[in-house]
Amino acid sequence: MRFWDGYKGSSFMELINDEFPQLKCDLSAGLHGAGTLPETAHGTTCVGLRFAEGALVAGDRLATMGHQVANRDIEKVYATDGYSLMAIAGAAGPAIEMARLLGVQFEHHEKIEGEPLELEGKANTLASLIRQNLPAAMQGLVVVPLFAGYDRRRHTGRVWKYEVTGGRYEELEFDGIGSGSIFAKESLKKSYSTGATREDAIGMAILALTDAADEDRATGGVDLERGIFPRVKLVTEEGVEEVGDDEIAQVYQGVLESRRRPGA
Amino acid sequence: MSFPFYVNPEQMAQDKAEFARKGIARGKSIVTVEYDQGVVLVAENPTRLHKLGEVYDRVGFAGVGKFSEFDRLRKMGVQWADVEGYKFSRDDVRGKALANVYSQILGEEFSRSMKPFEVEVVVAEVGDPELAGHEGNSLFKIGFDGTVQDQEGFCVIGGSESNLQSHMQSNYREGLNLAEALALGREALQRAENGTPDLPAKSLEVCVLDRSRNGRKFKRLKADEVAALLD
Repeated sequence: MRFWDGYKGSSFMELINDEFPQLKCDLSAGLHGAGTLPETAHGTTCVGLRFAEGALVAGDRLATMGHQVANRDIEKVYATDGYSLMAIAGAAGPAIEMARLLGVQFEHHEKIEGEPLELEGKANTLASLIRQNLPAAMQGLVVVPLFAGYDRRRHTGRVWKYEVTGGRYEELEFDGIGSGSIFAKESLKKSYSTGATREDAIGMAILALTDAADEDRATGGVDLERGIFPRVKLVTEEGVEEVGDDEIAQVYQGVLESRRRPGA
Repeated sequence: MSFPFYVNPEQMAQDKAEFARKGIARGKSIVTVEYDQGVVLVAENPTRLHKLGEVYDRVGFAGVGKFSEFDRLRKMGVQWADVEGYKFSRDDVRGKALANVYSQILGEEFSRSMKPFEVEVVVAEVGDPELAGHEGNSLFKIGFDGTVQDQEGFCVIGGSESNLQSHMQSNYREGLNLAEALALGREALQRAENGTPDLPAKSLEVCVLDRSRNGRKFKRLKADEVAALLD
């Protein structure tokens, strides 16, 4: 690493670009040649919503490759730092790498500058990462995340959705991503209430994911056989909290009871 | 054609060292002390420009001397650590390796450039009981000429080092708690030639590498937390 003439800014991504290009996560370079893209892991439902104390992000655990299961307990909801969450949909490989890079970027900035980025700044950082991925997205490696966090300046939870060009849109209530998101959003449209409590927020999220898994074959539901539950994470003034499987199981039992056919 | 003057390398090294020592002696000192839960770094610093900083999960930094120089070293350490952690894994970022990086830079700068760095830095690492071979804390002191010292228990850098060193030597013992370690650090700082008697909490910059924290062990203590510990 060069000393005085090396990179002096606070961005980890720029540091990598300037000084360690071999570590760059740029898939487009390998995609120009002939041939078709091999199948990658896909299929998801993730939801993000605002509630009284902050924001919630939840996602199923199934990854599919065409009609087959690629992984049953994949992680789609990431804590990118102590006050922000990111959910991923699309090509799993680049999406997970993007979440990791984003986490490093936030931490790097905080250490270099001595204070963390504002939530707005974090949301913009993710937008630029998605924009950089556009060439790969054009070849089929689309990454469409959802970003949520607790804004310590405005004292509220916030949720953003993105499009493949890096477009960034704030949602005031809720949003969903992935193949089953249409069903999850339909579900949330009916169950959502502004200023919900923590318990109600978890209930709405589990209900939405259950509805999505019911209609979309690429979305995993609760896997009671193996004890795999959707991942639910909250972010409030106290920071990120992961909701335990026991609590999720209990909420899910309630959903099942309400759906059970008489006599079944 | 002109010939460069002959300069005795020994003389040159001595002059440079004297120059660097003078620069360092002008600044305040920093004391790093091991305690039962980790490592505490204590600096006399009433300003908002930091002398102590977080490098990585278990690694912290302390620097004295010229601000522009040690702060560049700090930032470079963060760059180095984040790249290593991104390239390999979080557990692969080690204090000893960082001490080596600093030693290389300072050593090269000392012998090659006209003006050596007027800094001394400490790389402090808190041990991880789960990580084989890295259970204990380590404190590395890197001098302006790149010399590295592996120290145990405590580490002092900056002006009036010998006063502070002797106070620490006669008063440090293993197994101090955080409040005791902090109080000891403050007492030592007060003994510096340019030190302030009765250092108030707000003139202290205090950071800990606390083993009991999850993930990132580094924490900057607020003035009221420092005051509460010193009471």
